[in-house]
Amino acid sequence: MDFVTILSIFVLACFVGYYVVWSVTPALHTPLMAVTNAISSVIIVGALIAAAGADSPAAKWLGLLGVVLASVNIFGGFAVTARMLAMYKKKER
Amino acid sequence: MILPPTNTTDLSIVADAAHAVNPWVALAYLVAGVCFILALRGLSSPASSRRGNRFGMAGMLIAVVTTLVTHFPVIGPPDGSEGWPDYFSFGEILAAIAIGAIIGLTTARRIQMTAMPQLVAAFHSLVGLAAVLVAGAAFLNPGAFDILGLDGNILAVSRIEMALGAAIGAITFSGSVIAFAKLNGNMSGKPILLPARHVINLGTLAAILALTASYAHSNAAGPGENVLFWIIVALAFAIGFLLIIPIGGADMPVVVSMLNSYSGWAAAAMGFTLHNTAMIITGALVGSSGAILSYIMCRAMNRSFISVIAGGFGAESSSGGEAKEQRPYKQGSAEDAAFMLKQAETVIIIPGYGMAVAQAQHALREMADLLKAEGVGVKYAIHPVAGRMPGHMNVLLAEAQVPYDEVFELEDINSEFAQADVAFIIGANDVVNPAARTDKGSPIYGMPVFDVEKAKTIMFIKRSMGGVGYAGVDNDVFYLDQTMMLLSDAKKMVEEINKALAH
Repeated sequence: MDFVTILSIFVLACFVGYYVVWSVTPALHTPLMAVTNAISSVIIVGALIAAAGADSPAAKWLGLLGVVLASVNIFGGFAVTARMLAMYKKKER
Repeated sequence: MILPPTNTTDLSIVADAAHAVNPWVALAYLVAGVCFILALRGLSSPASSRRGNRFGMAGMLIAVVTTLVTHFPVIGPPDGSEGWPDYFSFGEILAAIAIGAIIGLTTARRIQMTAMPQLVAAFHSLVGLAAVLVAGAAFLNPGAFDILGLDGNILAVSRIEMALGAAIGAITFSGSVIAFAKLNGNMSGKPILLPARHVINLGTLAAILALTASYAHSNAAGPGENVLFWIIVALAFAIGFLLIIPIGGADMPVVVSMLNSYSGWAAAAMGFTLHNTAMIITGALVGSSGAILSYIMCRAMNRSFISVIAGGFGAESSSGGEAKEQRPYKQGSAEDAAFMLKQAETVIIIPGYGMAVAQAQHALREMADLLKAEGVGVKYAIHPVAGRMPGHMNVLLAEAQVPYDEVFELEDINSEFAQADVAFIIGANDVVNPAARTDKGSPIYGMPVFDVEKAKTIMFIKRSMGGVGYAGVDNDVFYLDQTMMLLSDAKKMVEEINKALAH
């Protein structure tokens, strides 16, 4: 992929983000922040690649540490979002 | 897959070839990205939100498994063709994931809902640091990331992406650490104002950009070769710290949203380096999400983003010299309040952060239940800045089992105060201050507020007549004819009202 293709994906995704986020109900803004936190940890992909690379031990250790940090976020972020969302209930009856 | 022509010296074609991945892999990352869009889409209503969260988890699983499969550790030649699987390294990676999972899940289970802003700030700092680590690893071992050019240098465009990704990540990290310390009370919420801080901050930012440009043009850019990269990272750590210390506690909702946005841009920058669609889509989503939330928070406080970033709000609130004359107000008891609430047809409750500090939300929900049993209509009115992060008050009420269809946003309920018998204010102050509409000199002038003075009766729970809200302004509502001041700890007062209502 050349730079312009990637840039196109990025710009279009910004527009998708803009419209999707405005449609989020204000009551769920805290879960929104928690879940965006979890998904931005997709940076774990980079950490996994670094941790699997054999050429540089230093890079490998940076990668492993990155994997730990990103997984704290992934598991913690999704779990705390699920915990919050489970509390939102409608009126009974 | 298109193979590159073999005897080429055109670097751009080589760069293309380096990233020519298996289309199935690219497709898997795209699916992950779409799952993340659906995760946010689900949050448009509480009913669909849980399914949305599961989409998010599925997307993450797809992204992680795809990476583990395509980047299985290999021992042997770096090109991987004659290597064999390195199960020990793979085990290390799984162990790293497991450690993170244990820490993450225990934290998520134990955290109190009032502490959610701190937790989110702490999580932002981890994303930021992870971005720095990934950029650092790419700098030391560019071969693994396919960003090494033929001349032995890291590709110039990748150098820019890496440096910016590391810088944004570092700012996110140190900024979030300060935001965490301020929210968690490890550090005073008062702004810390350094002399000439704008000059220092702008200078540091300019230096980061200049060094990034100079690194991109440098001829010494092999794996781990140029110290400029680490200088950029160090400066970015410093600027994140400097940017957040002058910002006061009242502006923390904006800061947390802003750092949310930064963590997204950091992920996107690393996505550019890795040519990974999942990371780019996610980064763009998170980046816009945080930016929109910052905008909503700024609008709710009638503050411009620039003035929040410049900091200093709330610094001069302790000007206690001007002795104001004590105006007369009416104080009521819990029994009076209970009597009037029972007679009412509609009650609108306005909770503020003070209610959460006093842990009064459960008692408040009981009060609403008792009133509903008496046939009184109860609604909750939430100001966008009622908590310490966007939507915080809604979560606190949801935790106290307040049904979400009884909770209304400012613009949806403000017209109903004219018909309300009682406006019940608990732990809020600035958001009901009419000075925001009338007094041009007030620090909160222009902020949208509830029209509580249109209600027949106003009940105002407050610890004492002394302290005033974040903005440090007096509130005319205290002294209105129809206002009954209930001076006590919020939780104790509501419990006493409940006792009086019960018989």
